[in-house]
Amino acid sequence: MIYFNSFLICGLICMIGQLILDNTKLTPGHITALFVVIGAALDTFNIYDKIVLWAGGGAMVPITSFGHLLIHGALAGAKEFGVSGLLLGMFNLTASGITSAIIIAFFLSLIFKPRS
Amino acid sequence: MQKEKYKKLVDKNTPKENVGINALKAFLIGGVMGIIGQVLIDLYTNLFDISTKDAAPFMIITLILIASILTAFGVFDKIVSWANCGLIVPITGFAHAMTSAAMEYRKEGLILGIGANIFKLTGSVILYGVVSAYVFGLIRFLFFGG
Repeated sequence: MIYFNSFLICGLICMIGQLILDNTKLTPGHITALFVVIGAALDTFNIYDKIVLWAGGGAMVPITSFGHLLIHGALAGAKEFGVSGLLLGMFNLTASGITSAIIIAFFLSLIFKPRS
Repeated sequence: MQKEKYKKLVDKNTPKENVGINALKAFLIGGVMGIIGQVLIDLYTNLFDISTKDAAPFMIITLILIASILTAFGVFDKIVSWANCGLIVPITGFAHAMTSAAMEYRKEGLILGIGANIFKLTGSVILYGVVSAYVFGLIRFLFFGG
């Protein structure tokens, strides 16, 4: 069942992105930035948490989960140190994704040449 | 030629992409990506004997690794131009943007090339992610008790 939910949620989020891309002048760069903000905004009211519980990996794969993880890292820091903890905890949960993307991209760019 | 006339001409000659089929394609490919994510989470949960929450970062790293390597081989660009948002909205799009920016500016040097441009496309994701998470996090912490 969780696989079906994953399919539905991740597919739906991607489809919304595609509809925005096709019907407006926004570029993929705008859409990914917009979706991160939406992910963080939905968690202001605890909504994305519920989607994650319901859809599991399907909600973690889209870029919206990036906003979700950022705000939860910040909130975990805030719980410990008060308002300034928002700054301390911001990258706690997303560090793995950002760090791995940077390291992988750097070494691949040293090895491979672009082919266009 | 006047601007409006020119615009009309451009609009007429731009190939019309089928919005419905594009949306369906994004839905199906995005959905499959979601299933792959869940399968990877289940796999790591059983393999390393960790909780679902701890397995999610490993799933994300795996997808980033696969997308980056495919980008380096030049395969991912072709798949993305076919699948569009089905692969741009998932975390694979983030990895693709970062790797292709790093590779493209490699020839301009390590500092002014890769260093200055690696975040060229993904910088906006991180910037607006952090700013919005800070503002919304502040709201949630102050008004909803964290």
